[in-house]
Amino acid sequence: MTQSILDIRNVSLSFGPLKALDGVTLAVSPGERLALLGHNGAGKSTLFKAILGFLAPGEGTITVAGHRPGSDAARIAMSYLPEVVSFPQSLTGREVLAYFSGLRGASRSEINGLLDRVGLADAAERRVRTYSKGMRQRLGLAQALIGAPRLLLLDEPTSGLDPVSRHDFYTVIAEAAARGCAVLLSSHGLEEVQGQTDRVAILSRGRLRASGTLAELAAAAALRTTIRVTAKQGHADRLQADLGGRRVNGCRLDIDCAPDAKLGLLLQLGHHRDVLHEIDVFAPGLNDIYRHFSDHEGDQA
Amino acid sequence: MNTRIGTIFAQEFRLARRNLWVGLATGILGLFAVVLGVFGAGQGAALDADALTLTAASLATLSVYLIPLIALLMSYDSFAGEIERGALALTLASPVRRWEIFVGKFAAQSLAVGVAILLAFGAAGAFLALSFGTGSEGIAAWMRLMATAFVLGSVFVGFGLMLSAMAGRTATAAASAVGLWLVLVVIYDLALLGSVMAASDGIFASQVFPWLVVANPADAFRLFNLALIETAPVAGIDGLASTLPFPPTVALAVLGLWLSAVLALGIRRTKRIVP
Ligand SMILES: Nc1ncnc2c1ncn2[C@@H]1O[C@H](COP(=O)(O)OP(=O)(O)OP(=O)(O)O)[C@@H](O)[C@H]1O
Ligand SMILES: [Mg+2]
Repeated sequence: MTQSILDIRNVSLSFGPLKALDGVTLAVSPGERLALLGHNGAGKSTLFKAILGFLAPGEGTITVAGHRPGSDAARIAMSYLPEVVSFPQSLTGREVLAYFSGLRGASRSEINGLLDRVGLADAAERRVRTYSKGMRQRLGLAQALIGAPRLLLLDEPTSGLDPVSRHDFYTVIAEAAARGCAVLLSSHGLEEVQGQTDRVAILSRGRLRASGTLAELAAAAALRTTIRVTAKQGHADRLQADLGGRRVNGCRLDIDCAPDAKLGLLLQLGHHRDVLHEIDVFAPGLNDIYRHFSDHEGDQA
Repeated sequence: MNTRIGTIFAQEFRLARRNLWVGLATGILGLFAVVLGVFGAGQGAALDADALTLTAASLATLSVYLIPLIALLMSYDSFAGEIERGALALTLASPVRRWEIFVGKFAAQSLAVGVAILLAFGAAGAFLALSFGTGSEGIAAWMRLMATAFVLGSVFVGFGLMLSAMAGRTATAAASAVGLWLVLVVIYDLALLGSVMAASDGIFASQVFPWLVVANPADAFRLFNLALIETAPVAGIDGLASTLPFPPTVALAVLGLWLSAVLALGIRRTKRIVP
């Protein structure tokens, strides 16, 4: 068993009557990338702040590399990129990095390499005021990489980035993970983190609804495939009598089936070739998987 | 100095320079010093005192308004603005201690006020001394003024930082800084003058009143400077300077006490910040 860098056990945290976190248990191992997904107000940023030691959980424990959040050892082990940050406008990119390097007691010689890695080498001497949103975000990432932290906490690191910048961003994160750095990042959508993280955890209204690889989540959700059949005029009734399903209108029929029953159903449809106008197959997408886990709270709330 | 305090200090000082605070403060202070000096030199001949001594007295009275204002303007946003922009969360996520942040900011901003005072009053003093002549008494009065103005500035930088850490939001911090300035620099004196006029017995006026005046850091600064200038023109509350029931060094001690108090309180408030 590998020792986890971040260990969250049964953590609850309230703001007055509002339970922002409710019994969250989560662990991240060295070299692992975990995406924390959740709707607005799910408690993602709150969890980050608890890990950083800014907010104290009412119940449960958090350890960072075996240390209490907020302790020197914990802060040395991790670094953070908040969801909203603006660096002092009148400093240059290099000065911003020099500042955090000084605070972390890291060597200044790594600054050039970091600027290079996030593609800011040419803009290093320019004031942050002149940076675009993407450049600021990359400066934020460079800042988080100072001193080779063992845990990276990235709160919605790629929101507002174009697809190319986003891809570059994840490349840098993957490099860090390859060196053994554990990464916890938050995001709003599964599509965004698909293929970019090793595991996914879904948070909804402060509770952890699911966690695992994308394939595991898809299997656990066991969402049904929908086949939409459009029949020729006047034949819809006969089709429904034969195959079941829901009538959408005069000539349309929606049939739900388990993923492994799909092929059989399609073959069966083949027998009715003469009365069919069109067939559409809707396999459950990432969004449906995400909604499946996120929606649970609807019936419990 | 450890590297973390040094890092905070260097960044804050750089920001104070880049944001033109140092330049602006130097310009304003220098302008007032020269104008007061030239104006005072006209009267100097009649009063038989040298220009530098006279100007030190009038500049002490004016500095009570200006220097706290400059110091508060420089510091009130320091924590609040960073909290609002999310920048403080990043600093606090690093292994820096909270008192180190406060001390680093305090040292840098005090130095920024100090540099402005040194440049402005230094140049103005040299200009006045060369133009109108002076003696050792004038030079001493001028030096005392510069040194105590620096301490006064530090006290109010400490106040501003403390309010900033307490308020957590720029608008609240600005309002409390303005309020503090009004109370300590304007209203306090007026209220005391009112009460000394209302009080019929002489005990209050001669025993209690002077202590109440010197308890205010702004007044302590002014009293100390005026008490040591014999030819100082006196009016209103400044008349007290020539009839103090205690040595002027008490005023210095008061400034020192305030300085330690705002530092201690400010560090305590900084420890409570939730970014
Ligand atoms: N300081 C606070 N005081 C009171 N309530 C708070 C505070 N901070 C967060 N909350 C509440 O806690 C809940 C979780 O907020 P949080 O910021 O963690 O959400 P999030 O998952 O990061 O959302 P988003 O995707 O919008 O960033 C929200 O309902 C929010 O209103
Ligand atoms: Mg958030």
